[in-house]
Amino acid sequence: MDEIQSLIGGFAIALSFKNVALMLVGIILGVIIGVLPGLGGANGVAILLPLTFSMAQSPGGTTSAIILLSCIYWGALFGGAITSILFNIPGEPWSVATTFDGYPLAQQGRAGSALTAAFTSSFVGALVAVIVITFLSPLVAKFALEFGPPEFFSVYLLTFCAFIGMSKEPPFKTLASMMLGFALAAVGTDPVTGALRLTFGSTHLLTGFDFLVAVIGLFGIGEILLTLEEGLAFKGAAAKIDMRVVLDTWKELPRYWLTSLRSSAVGCFMGIVPGGATPASFMSYGVARRFSPNGEKFGTGQVEGVVAPETAAHAAGTSALLPMLTLGVPGSPTAAVLLGGLLIWGLQPGPLLFVEQKDFVWGLIASMYLGNIAGLIVVLTCVPFFAAILRIPFSVIAPVIIVICAIGSYTVHNSMFDVWMMVVFGIAGYVFKKLNYPLAPLVLAIVLGDRAEASFRQAMLVSQGDMRIFFSNALVGTMTGLALALLFWPLVSWTLSRFRASASGARGSRE
Amino acid sequence: MRLGARWGDDGPQAGYFPFYIALLVCISAAVNFIAALAGKRDPGRIFVEADKLKLVLAVLVPAAIYVAVIGWTGIYVASAVFIAFFMRWLGKYVWWKVAAVSIGTMAVFFVIFEVWFKVPLPKGPLENLLGIA
Repeated sequence: MDEIQSLIGGFAIALSFKNVALMLVGIILGVIIGVLPGLGGANGVAILLPLTFSMAQSPGGTTSAIILLSCIYWGALFGGAITSILFNIPGEPWSVATTFDGYPLAQQGRAGSALTAAFTSSFVGALVAVIVITFLSPLVAKFALEFGPPEFFSVYLLTFCAFIGMSKEPPFKTLASMMLGFALAAVGTDPVTGALRLTFGSTHLLTGFDFLVAVIGLFGIGEILLTLEEGLAFKGAAAKIDMRVVLDTWKELPRYWLTSLRSSAVGCFMGIVPGGATPASFMSYGVARRFSPNGEKFGTGQVEGVVAPETAAHAAGTSALLPMLTLGVPGSPTAAVLLGGLLIWGLQPGPLLFVEQKDFVWGLIASMYLGNIAGLIVVLTCVPFFAAILRIPFSVIAPVIIVICAIGSYTVHNSMFDVWMMVVFGIAGYVFKKLNYPLAPLVLAIVLGDRAEASFRQAMLVSQGDMRIFFSNALVGTMTGLALALLFWPLVSWTLSRFRASASGARGSRE
Repeated sequence: MRLGARWGDDGPQAGYFPFYIALLVCISAAVNFIAALAGKRDPGRIFVEADKLKLVLAVLVPAAIYVAVIGWTGIYVASAVFIAFFMRWLGKYVWWKVAAVSIGTMAVFFVIFEVWFKVPLPKGPLENLLGIA
């Protein structure tokens, strides 16, 4: 039980006064970010990342920095539920499924119990995911220590193919957006030979595009522009949670233990395989509706319909950190931003982290337990305050958010060029959203593009250009095979449905 | 093509990936284009309605001007003016509220970034005048 011992050590680090204070600050900031339109987990963490640069230089500072940033992430996960239940506006993409039953509940005057159910099930989902991380990640890391370039490339391949195979957008749109990300990642110096690529003689492009700026623009500015279309005012239900409602709801919740369990499993799976929190929440809502005894009442205000997506979203959002820590492959855009933070602080994410930075890893894992407990308490007690934020008129909040985005993208490299790029990415994000192109593959491709290419070419150097190296042993072979299967999954399911349709059509004509 | 978009003796050359990525972008663009043409047309659905576009542009254009002005006046003055402009123009607030919110917000940002976290932001003539640059 090495893990338990390491975890206790981690708690000792995370429980220092400074770290607990940072945890609370992170959670509160995170909930505010989650509630505000245009600011979400990914770009919120990206904007606040530069704030940690000086913090990370002090001894033990990287642990404090990651605690601050990851708590912002937990806070954002909690915060998304508030807006979807009270205002029918999902503050985050992963809380869209929460609106289906959450908003009807609020309209019936049961906003308090809907919120309590959402927060509690978020907490349960996160807790399950953290337990999975605690016991699974050391194993995965130990396993991954043996990885060479071909193995790493097959992990990257699996990540990208999973996106194409599992996204709910059309596969070719996912592919187009991902390839655009790769193209942006390729700008600058070539990772193996150092040759300059796609810079078109511009000195600004020598270092390539920074994905933090892309995240701030795509998700921040793009989201603001989209929200503008919806109009400038928010109308919503009032909310107050008193202790009695909380206790009543808690008494009701154990009835849905099976839904919680199922949703946690769906969430953990979708988080580790980079499906992300958004598809996880939809999937688990669908599964719950199918298997629940009162599934046909879903959509009219069922507490169970709030429990399912929230548990899954939080489980997925949390477990997305597992591949990020152990393999250096983020499972979601926000995990990608955290990964970027690790790199900037001078830590190398991947299996070696568990050997060389024990304090950091276990401090972070312990802070996940504490952060989620703190988060639950904060959101349950402060809902009226957070709901009040949404009543700030849009003409005040919109420019402030744009200013925050501009500051965030400037501070990444202290360069004005990045602020311009943010505006460009913002327009791109708006158009992408309107045309139903997914943004997450683009962001992940920018983050992983160079490293995927480097590991591919290193593998090729080893094998003298022989592609069979990706099937040279059982491990690589399985992962590459799985990746290819996922890649062609949309094609297979499309053919199958065609086949079935024509078969039933033929049967129909015969009768 | 100058970089060599081919398979060298020891694997792909520097231009190999960008070339095939571009190729894949073109292929998927073509597929999406065909899918959009072949797909069912929904006459009620257009990309963006004129009055909504006006709202979007009402934010986008000032934002672009704002970014241009940062380079000249520094981020604090530009941001305060930007927030004030929005509140006055879209929100129709009285002047004292406009001034309080815009200057107050920037003061809070100044404390957070420059004092607490020691992150320098671009400054202009006003900060030089006040001697805090």
